[in-house]
Amino acid sequence: MDYFARYFSEKKIADAMVLIREDFFQATLSTLYITLMSTLFAILIGLPLGIILVTGDAKGIRPLPRWLMSILNWIINLLRSAPFIILIVLLMPFTRMMLGSAVGDGGVIVPLVIAAFPFVARLVEGSLRELNPNIIEMAQSSGANTWQTVFHVMLPESVPSLITSFTTAITTILGYTAMSGAVGGGGLGNLAIAQGQQRSNHAVLLAALVILVILVQIIQTFGTWLARKSDKRLKN
Amino acid sequence: MIEISNLSKSFVTASGTVDALRNINLTIHDGDIYGIIGMSGAGKSTLVRCINMLERPTEGNVRLDGVDLGSLSKKKMQEMRHHVTMIFQSFNLLMQRNCLQNIMLPLKLTHMPKDQAVKRATELLATVGMADKAKAYPAQLSGGQQQRIAIARALATDPKVLLCDEATSALDPKTTHDILTLIREINQKLGITVIVITHQMSVVQEICNRVAILENGTVVEEGDVSEVFSNPKARATKRLVYPDMSAGIETLGTEHNQMVRLVFQGAEAATKPLLASMAMECRIAANILSATTRTLDGKVYGTMLLNIPGGPEELARAVQYLSGTGNVRVQVESEYAQQMGQTPTGEEE
Ligand SMILES: Nc1ncnc2c1ncn2[C@@H]1O[C@H](COP(=O)(O)OP(=O)(O)O)[C@@H](O)[C@H]1O
Ligand SMILES: [Mg+2]
Repeated sequence: MDYFARYFSEKKIADAMVLIREDFFQATLSTLYITLMSTLFAILIGLPLGIILVTGDAKGIRPLPRWLMSILNWIINLLRSAPFIILIVLLMPFTRMMLGSAVGDGGVIVPLVIAAFPFVARLVEGSLRELNPNIIEMAQSSGANTWQTVFHVMLPESVPSLITSFTTAITTILGYTAMSGAVGGGGLGNLAIAQGQQRSNHAVLLAALVILVILVQIIQTFGTWLARKSDKRLKN
Repeated sequence: MIEISNLSKSFVTASGTVDALRNINLTIHDGDIYGIIGMSGAGKSTLVRCINMLERPTEGNVRLDGVDLGSLSKKKMQEMRHHVTMIFQSFNLLMQRNCLQNIMLPLKLTHMPKDQAVKRATELLATVGMADKAKAYPAQLSGGQQQRIAIARALATDPKVLLCDEATSALDPKTTHDILTLIREINQKLGITVIVITHQMSVVQEICNRVAILENGTVVEEGDVSEVFSNPKARATKRLVYPDMSAGIETLGTEHNQMVRLVFQGAEAATKPLLASMAMECRIAANILSATTRTLDGKVYGTMLLNIPGGPEELARAVQYLSGTGNVRVQVESEYAQQMGQTPTGEEE
């Protein structure tokens, strides 16, 4: 009972309702904006890297020097193993340098992209490795060069799998944006921390949680639907 | 003309070096439908992959119209692969692209303008009898239909040579026949040289004019199909030509003496009436122990193993009767066993 009295008093619920009415819509839009922008940049960097991880492999269609591949793998693993919250703090000076500010929507996109692109690279690598090797052999025997093999064969054949991967990326980045609220990023995470946690109003926290859950569900459902719809291996 | 000379290929693996091909020498003339046959693991795929340089030979070389393919630059090699195209056992169509787009792939690779490529691909769809499937996706097609699309794709860049690696091995006999017929038409109408890799003698018999038998990475026999079929020399060839023969010998037991082998070397006579007339005229009803006869251009090739009931006298009469038939060789069992290489006087090695 104490718990409810402390975090869900009538006054707090009333405060929460005001916040929900006045600030939540803006915060949700802000979260979506940060998520989509971060995902976009993470894909712009992660997709080519993922392709290189596959084609540059010793058994790939265009093997790259061993040391280069080792460095690439090492950097990706390093960035992936760093907890996101630490990454943000470490990257603050860098962000400030790039954008002139380390807080707000823009300020959080830089660390998000840096945290997410290695993840996206691994997802892309996984999708491309699923490809039937006979298809690659067909491309090579048809006289396709590396570039053509990637763009006319590997990527088009991986579209459904890539859509699934990118859906995973968006939902994961959405989770990261909530965390970034703790260190000055905008959006629902910030609202939850500033209003919910610091003022001990768990009704606000709960409301932010519900919205995040709904967003994840919508994105995931849409992504799954799109992947299925795009997959021509399924009859009809 | 394709000249393969002193070609060897070994793979270095964790468990040692595998000599997949050893000193292969073959000449494939323009317009040939050249069969390369062998059991699984004989090195057939490796050989065909050496022909278009997907696999670099460890030694020796492959010449196409006098040009050493191993010496080509990367770019020239990719260009060469538009002239030496390939179809596969598993068809290898792009599953996310419709039939028309699949056929257009090689044209995209050669940067043909799109409208021209569409026109060409549409023509090819008709060539392979799939005109109504332009917008269909491979998953909606049967195996035979997928192979037709793959053939159309292989023809898109007007190749000189078509390589078929077990192209009918995933298909049922009827579909196999249809695809082989299509390949023969392509060979005849377009003058494309075809190399057919297979483990099935029936495929070679149906469309090839020349054949090489590959065993453990070496060519053990090579020649005109009709010749190799009527008079196989190497043991591997015999095993392929008469798959159930050695089994026949072992199960014969006490009736050894009464066994006769008929070798049809392009006989005009059909096999059934021959035995029927022997039953009528000599009153000898032979049992067919095994028969691997095939009809090629209306003539019978292959072998038939007969058990002649009765004693030596019946055997002698049967041999005499059967010997009177044109282009049929008759051998009694002892000679037969020798031919199979089961006695020290076997002719190979
Ligand atoms: N990339 C490879 N690495 C190692 N060994 C290989 C490779 N490709 C083929 N081989 C070996 O070479 C031999 C011939 O293989 P292959 O040409 O595929 O035979 P076939 O097509 O006649 O069945 C086999 O022993 C096979 O294991
Ligand atoms: Mg093979």
